[in-house]
Amino acid sequence: MEQISIAGQLFQYLITGITVGSIYAMVAIGFNIIYDVTDIINFAQGEFVMLGGLTMVLFHVSFQIPIIIAFILTVMGVTLIGILVDRLAIRPIRQPSVLTLIIATIAVSFVIRGAAMFFWGKNPFDLPAFSGRNPITFYGAVIQPQYFWVVGFLIVVVIVLSIFFDKTITGKAMKACADNADAARLVGINVNQMIMLSFALSAGVGAVAGIIITPISLMEYDRGAMLAVKGFGAVILGGLGSFPGAIIGGLILGIIESLVAGLISSGYKDAFALVVLLCVLFFKPSGILGNIEISKIKRF
Amino acid sequence: MTLKKLLIIVSVCLIGFGLCISCGKKVEKDAYKVGAVFSVTGRASFLGDPEKKTAEMAVEAINKAGGINGHPLDLIIYDDEGDATKCNLAVKKLINKDKVCALIGPSLSGLSLAVLPVAEKNEIPLVSCAASYKIVNNEETGKPYHWVFKTPQSDSMAVEAIYSHMKTHGINKIAIMSGTTGFGASGRAELLRLAPDHGMTIVADEKYGPKDTDMTVQLTKIKGKAPQAIVNWSIGPTQVVVVRNWKDLGMKNITFYQSHGFGSRENIKLAAGAAEGVLCPLGACNIAEQLAADHPQKAVTMKYLKDYKDKYNETLSSFGGHAWDSVHLVADALSAVGCDKAAIRDYIEITKGFVGQHGVFNFSPDDHNGLTKAAFNMVVVKEGDWALTD
Repeated sequence: MEQISIAGQLFQYLITGITVGSIYAMVAIGFNIIYDVTDIINFAQGEFVMLGGLTMVLFHVSFQIPIIIAFILTVMGVTLIGILVDRLAIRPIRQPSVLTLIIATIAVSFVIRGAAMFFWGKNPFDLPAFSGRNPITFYGAVIQPQYFWVVGFLIVVVIVLSIFFDKTITGKAMKACADNADAARLVGINVNQMIMLSFALSAGVGAVAGIIITPISLMEYDRGAMLAVKGFGAVILGGLGSFPGAIIGGLILGIIESLVAGLISSGYKDAFALVVLLCVLFFKPSGILGNIEISKIKRF
Repeated sequence: MTLKKLLIIVSVCLIGFGLCISCGKKVEKDAYKVGAVFSVTGRASFLGDPEKKTAEMAVEAINKAGGINGHPLDLIIYDDEGDATKCNLAVKKLINKDKVCALIGPSLSGLSLAVLPVAEKNEIPLVSCAASYKIVNNEETGKPYHWVFKTPQSDSMAVEAIYSHMKTHGINKIAIMSGTTGFGASGRAELLRLAPDHGMTIVADEKYGPKDTDMTVQLTKIKGKAPQAIVNWSIGPTQVVVVRNWKDLGMKNITFYQSHGFGSRENIKLAAGAAEGVLCPLGACNIAEQLAADHPQKAVTMKYLKDYKDKYNETLSSFGGHAWDSVHLVADALSAVGCDKAAIRDYIEITKGFVGQHGVFNFSPDDHNGLTKAAFNMVVVKEGDWALTD
């Protein structure tokens, strides 16, 4: 019988951890985009991921649209839903406090989940892997081609977002809203539009995350909540509002889960991940890359 | 003001009119009211949804055929959303407000255990659609609860079917994997409990969450321990993901057994070819087409399969079969003794040879489930469909 070496096993745990961690990181980035501009924690973030996966299934599997076009259509469609969320649920609230807005996002997540249940039903759906299902063997570990897509998309999303926020006027305007909305308004930035844009962007990123994980883990209408919890853990671990923090937080969570499951006990992997999260918060309450000074002036 | 008055008058008239219509439609005999609680939405919707559809279909068929001795059957279905509190409220509402003669459901073992005391206290027969052995076994007395029955096979029967199959194929070194849900935990407990009796050595005992994205890690660990077979006990999408990971890791030389929770062709389709060679124990209704023509359940399972496909145009899952068994069991009792709770209970308890979707039931005062491990057939996934195996 074929044996697997200890080193091969460890390598396999790391690879799986990085893949799962990349997914958490992508969800965490979505949280951060909205948080950076509005101070809101958007609890409907997981629903964007779910919608991304299921819409892609609809376009690519049901309508037989080629994968690249279906991908673009899906991201556009979910982005549109992100804009609608801002227009219908966030903007109409009178005298908004950050807390009421956060509660509104929880309501939004219920509405989206319910609508998805009616539209797609309750069964899980599958998406063909982007480049086949023939795994690659590498030093005793087995790598699904889809893993490369997950990590690759994470890198692309991070690069594109960094350029957007650091080099473009719109990106800088969004950051200005985050620093001080009133001052941003005074220099002529349309704050409402920037908030809408932040929802659009994070919905788009969520959709990408949903599309790339569906071939690995399937997708069904109520998966969003769990992904949001893990992504939120990554955000807190890495530091609220920090993009590099989101990536580090996501990868750490994923790798810890995977190593604990492999080396200690698979039953306690979530518990260990949370213990690490608590320890980090105990020594550095703002998260690994968070800044305590900045978090003091934030409203939440 | 006048407009408001007019509105009131009109609505009163309409309500009155509606009432008249409903009076006029009333048939000569009162309807027999039976209550059902299923997890139609929420985390266990894959159980509750086919159960509700099946129950509605069964009741429609009974009423179309003239009802039960001329009484129409009125099945009142509530959705517990997989939530114990909602389930409890629904059961109390059915007993106190709807005044039903018997209860069917709930879909989940945990919820069945939660509402079991309510049925006992209100002295009303309850036919559960959930798997756990504990539903029909009072641990203090070792006897079944007086008012509670269940139609699905117990986990222990599935475990025994799997272990016997392993023994005939010379397998004794196994790894188990389970989801951290009630179903997974209960199956894992049975696998561990019965292993010594069947001479099985368990070399790995791995778990994963119900919404986990990838089980490669657990399987890699198992691969390192080189067992002869893996038994997986979970429900929902994870049991498909685990099979895919098993294939990706090139572990085909380790036989893969799934629990009866795998009993839906949808799962084979979702596994995208990875499920070939996977073994699992299934009730007769999953494999109606493959049953021998002289099999006692051939006729009922074929009819159910055809009716369900015609009506809902979706693949049959084994869980709907539990609702079929429960509804027909209660309907048989109603036709024999009428709407008398104590008499219904007594009738079900002595029912013998009831041919259902999941087996031939023989109830007795010591056995409120009425099935044996023979209610499971070992099947193997072959060319994208189930095939009987021995």
